[in-house]
Amino acid sequence: MPRDKTIRLQYFANLREQRGCSDEEVTTRAETADELYDELVERHDFDQPKSSLRVAINDEFRDWSSELESDDRVVFIPPVSGG
Amino acid sequence: MFRVVSDPIEDHRDEVALRDESLGAVITFEGRVRDENNGKTVTRLDYEAYEDLAENETETIFEEAEDRFDVGNVAAFHRVGELKPGELAFWVGVSAGNRDPAFKGCRYVVDEIKRRVPVWKKEHYADGSSKRINFSKKS
Repeated sequence: MPRDKTIRLQYFANLREQRGCSDEEVTTRAETADELYDELVERHDFDQPKSSLRVAINDEFRDWSSELESDDRVVFIPPVSGG
Repeated sequence: MFRVVSDPIEDHRDEVALRDESLGAVITFEGRVRDENNGKTVTRLDYEAYEDLAENETETIFEEAEDRFDVGNVAAFHRVGELKPGELAFWVGVSAGNRDPAFKGCRYVVDEIKRRVPVWKKEHYADGSSKRINFSKKS
């Protein structure tokens, strides 16, 4: 049985606007970044398709299948537009 | 070195040492806010960055440029916050032994930062509307 973990989420760009905040802590049983995003879509109606996002864990780009640990800092990265 | 700054980039460029007596070419790129996009008058751009990841990813891009093009020194700044047309949003400087690796290295760093580094802009127009811009949708 998966255990509850505390994940620190940070939001940028359109995800920040949709969520209405820049960061929050969530308690989740999601085992991977992929499962966590699905959970957030259900909770907050995010309309950004997963295929257009990347995921960062603890300030590094990682695979969607990466396993989450308690206290990880997770950021879903919308398409970038710097420069 | 790469830094995200919230004050003018012009105030930081002196912190960068690109020149070296063994390096004969220095190329710098300035990305400035345009007053027009897709036929609409732009009044302001809002930039935000995921600073820690932006720094990590840009350092990776610098290492790639060093491996591929034999560049000497590389530095870049990206500004965040509210910028007006004409203001400097993005700056890259590359030095190398001669012009070919300097031009190529600078082009590579500019393109890869725009493509990969987590910075986002939102355009505000004279008609009161605003829009998020995705790099994938424009050249």
